[in-house]
Amino acid sequence: MPLTEPAVRPTTERRLWLELGGAAAVWTGLYLVNERAWDLVVHGALGLDEASRLGSAVHFFLYDTAKILLLITGLIFVIGLARAAIPPERIRDLIAGRHVAIGFLLAASFGAITPFCSCSSVPLFIGFVAAGVPLGITLTFLITSPLINQVGVVMLAGMVGWRIAALYVVTGMVMAIAAGVLLSRFDLDRWIEPFVHEVVVPVTAADGGKPTLADRVDAAREETRDIVRTVLPYVLVGIAIGAGIHGWVPAGFFAESGIADSVWSVPVATLAGIPLYANVAGVVPLVEAVYTKGLGLGTAMAFMMSVVALSLPALILLKRVMKLPLLLVFTGVVTVGIMTIGVIFDLIT
Amino acid sequence: VRRRQEGEDVDIKVLGPGCRNCVTLEARTREALEELGLDATIEKVTDPAAIAGYGVLATPGLLVDGELVVAGQVPSARRLREQLRR
Repeated sequence: MPLTEPAVRPTTERRLWLELGGAAAVWTGLYLVNERAWDLVVHGALGLDEASRLGSAVHFFLYDTAKILLLITGLIFVIGLARAAIPPERIRDLIAGRHVAIGFLLAASFGAITPFCSCSSVPLFIGFVAAGVPLGITLTFLITSPLINQVGVVMLAGMVGWRIAALYVVTGMVMAIAAGVLLSRFDLDRWIEPFVHEVVVPVTAADGGKPTLADRVDAAREETRDIVRTVLPYVLVGIAIGAGIHGWVPAGFFAESGIADSVWSVPVATLAGIPLYANVAGVVPLVEAVYTKGLGLGTAMAFMMSVVALSLPALILLKRVMKLPLLLVFTGVVTVGIMTIGVIFDLIT
Repeated sequence: VRRRQEGEDVDIKVLGPGCRNCVTLEARTREALEELGLDATIEKVTDPAAIAGYGVLATPGLLVDGELVVAGQVPSARRLREQLRR
């Protein structure tokens, strides 16, 4: 007996668009009433004074959690819907054989727009290097991909502002290219595990055909649900700590204690971020909170960058393909790059 | 297009070092196979060099009878059933 088709709902494309429009309208409504609603709940119904510590902390927690969840849900869904699926295999084929300058630009751009799970870093590294992509360009891709992450950028834009989020994206890409170019100046290929070059990689990979609107909506919905489920605990913990800082750390604390002006603040923040392995969703609320209390933007940003771009688990994974000297040079160059960005940000803001 | 029949034996390889996505893909594949009534031998490929050798750069990946049908994402249950039935 041939297998029967599962009952497919006769959803027409037009109806799907209407549903998407309806969802967008609901989303906009919720976003617009969000702050008002929590004002009424916290300062009205709960009777907590706006100026009190508890009042401002509770309001910050509820309002920001709702706002961030709305932003993540809405924007990740739209990004998922709009993103023409560019598999890394195609990116690699685009980069391989191009002029190096174009290769670096493509690697940084694609690294920024394609999210991939950190456990893909090793197959990615092998696939790029074995196909003949220069090591420096491969490393640029490996730096940008975790550093510029859609959830992080969306949260940064929602909590600290679009201009700073854009600055973060641009400086992150510039740093990744600079690090890749610098690393390509040294003869580092001998520090790649030899088996990497022996892997024979097929040039083309899975092609699922052209997706329909229903496929895209399905995939985007699934991606959004997965991401929200993953980041939710980090968002809650991050915003709770941020709310605590908002309520209890006095304004101007960092300026008066001299931490903000110390030359050590950026290096310390960067180094502190390396062993920490946290989801970017938990870090942005902290960045926002300490920035509001007067800590330099560069210091806060350097901390965020080093938490997301460098983490011990990721480095341990990369140890399988990179010998220790290469791993150390890579980590060192990225660390210095992040510190440089931190110092520049602190100087210009 | 030839479609797989109930009770047919399929050779499945799940590619991925064992992160959350790979575990989800394997679980979802098992569910889909059961729903379709297909018998399957499921092998897990965790070695990164072997994964890259199949042409997969972003995990997870899924091979059905030697053909790469999924790379870099966890497909929906519906899509997965379609891929397995072909």
